Amino acid sequence: MTRPAARADERAAAGAAAAVRVAGVTQRFDRVGPPVLDGVDLAVAPGEFVCLLGASGCGKSTLLNLIAGLTSPTAGSITLSADRPALMFQEPALLPWLTAAGNVELALKARGVGRAERRDEADRLLRLVNLGGQTGKRPHELSGGMRQRVALARALAQDSSVLLMDEPFAALDAITRDVLHEELVRVWSAQRLAVVFVTHNVREAVRLAQRVVLMSSRPGRIVQEWTVDMSQPRAIESPGVGALATEITAQLHQEISRHAQ
Amino acid sequence: MPSDAPGSVQDPIVVEPRRLATGRSVEAGLDALDTATAAPARRGAWRTLTRSVLPPVVFLALLVGVWQLVYLAGVKPSYALPGPAKVAATFWETVTDGRAAEAVWTSVSRGGVGFALSLVIGTLLGLAMWASTWLRAAIGPIVSGLQSLPSVAWVPAAIIWFQLTDAAIYTVVLLGAVPSIANGLLTGFKQVPPLFDRVGRVLGLGGLDRIRLVLLPAALPGYLGGLRQGWAFAWRSLMAAELITYSPSLGQGLGQLLNIGRELSQMSLVITSIALILLVGVAIELLVFAPLERGVLRRRGLTTDR
Repeated sequence: MTRPAARADERAAAGAAAAVRVAGVTQRFDRVGPPVLDGVDLAVAPGEFVCLLGASGCGKSTLLNLIAGLTSPTAGSITLSADRPALMFQEPALLPWLTAAGNVELALKARGVGRAERRDEADRLLRLVNLGGQTGKRPHELSGGMRQRVALARALAQDSSVLLMDEPFAALDAITRDVLHEELVRVWSAQRLAVVFVTHNVREAVRLAQRVVLMSSRPGRIVQEWTVDMSQPRAIESPGVGALATEITAQLHQEISRHAQ
Repeated sequence: MPSDAPGSVQDPIVVEPRRLATGRSVEAGLDALDTATAAPARRGAWRTLTRSVLPPVVFLALLVGVWQLVYLAGVKPSYALPGPAKVAATFWETVTDGRAAEAVWTSVSRGGVGFALSLVIGTLLGLAMWASTWLRAAIGPIVSGLQSLPSVAWVPAAIIWFQLTDAAIYTVVLLGAVPSIANGLLTGFKQVPPLFDRVGRVLGLGGLDRIRLVLLPAALPGYLGGLRQGWAFAWRSLMAAELITYSPSLGQGLGQLLNIGRELSQMSLVITSIALILLVGVAIELLVFAPLERGVLRRRGLTTDR
């Protein structure tokens, strides 16, 4: 059912141009101590769903910010197939003075979409995340899960072939998270996006990804990868997900234990 | 299911994977549960009356009652402390002979023009201070200091510069209001969560669009607070300036009306003028700033007040 991936970057490189290519990226914020990221190589194929997994301090969010272009690396290079990747944060980060539709329209406006078209497109995207009836609500009138779905609609409004997600469901309760996993997989299979999803939740990673990439902490390095061959949609409590999650968790614990001395 | 290896996550005992087809209805149910709590009904007219209108009216009635008792007890001679009836008569007289309307109009229009000027200058100053760290470091302390300087201190200087003209009055009003407005805008900017700016960058908004579409609206609550304080300072400064600069060419504002009362030793006119000044202040607050602020805060879910 599962096997450790044999250098998945090479596999991606063999095919079409990668959606995301991270080559030899090292990131330091100060001169002393180990770098946050140390020689990270990662290639994500177009339409591929990759989860970056690791304990705190492994630099997975740093790596995501680098891919998003919010910061630039100390060394190494990052190339993207898209001009500008879409990004979702852990918080919904909706602008509180705009309605759900207004928040989505802002992303469309930034892309230069005309006013009339913006309204229709925002409606369509909100319907896509099953929020068709809530377009006029302001963020504070929506639940946490609904806000995160508006944030997903806004990210999709960026119309990028690359979607970056920084622990977007970490603050949600388990039932809402299950629902959003389904939502995300549905949207991903419909839109064929390359997704880089950062999480510290092993089961979540196995539930969602085609490939799980485990990072070590201090310095942040990629230590192991798993290809998840189970078909979507898969349930987070299914035996297959549980078995692979157990294997990956053991590896993760081993990585964390190295810091015990 | 493999048994849990030591140190692995807990695996629930799963007999059969959950069917995913139920997802849409689970989602719809969650959404309904999350939004089903209907907003509490808006206050009825009766509730508004008992909660907001009645208490100040009762308090005022009590105040007048105490005043009447003190008057009857003769604590002060009647020229120094006239009774409520006498003051009410004078108040009514100033209203009917048109002096009240004239004074209120003169002062409010001056205040309005002064505040509008302060709004433009204060906003530009606030923007400049936000844009230039050097400028902020250079004049920030002075602007903050000016906020606590009673602007009546500027009246003598303004009279020497501009004699007894409207220019002298506006100078004092501006020096009172501009620092509050500039500081309010600056505070508004400082309180914008950095995440909002990152959102603007992620969406690909250019620098100017980020300011116009993200930063300025995000800073609005702080800016409104500054405007409100700016108006209060402008109004106070105006009264101080009108009280001191008395000249026929200046027309008769509320401050001047107050001064006439003092010169004639007509205490009932003095109290009438004070009451009018207070009424204008309360009216502007209730009619302009309170609804504006409540609207902005409610739209953003920053208040539970309804």
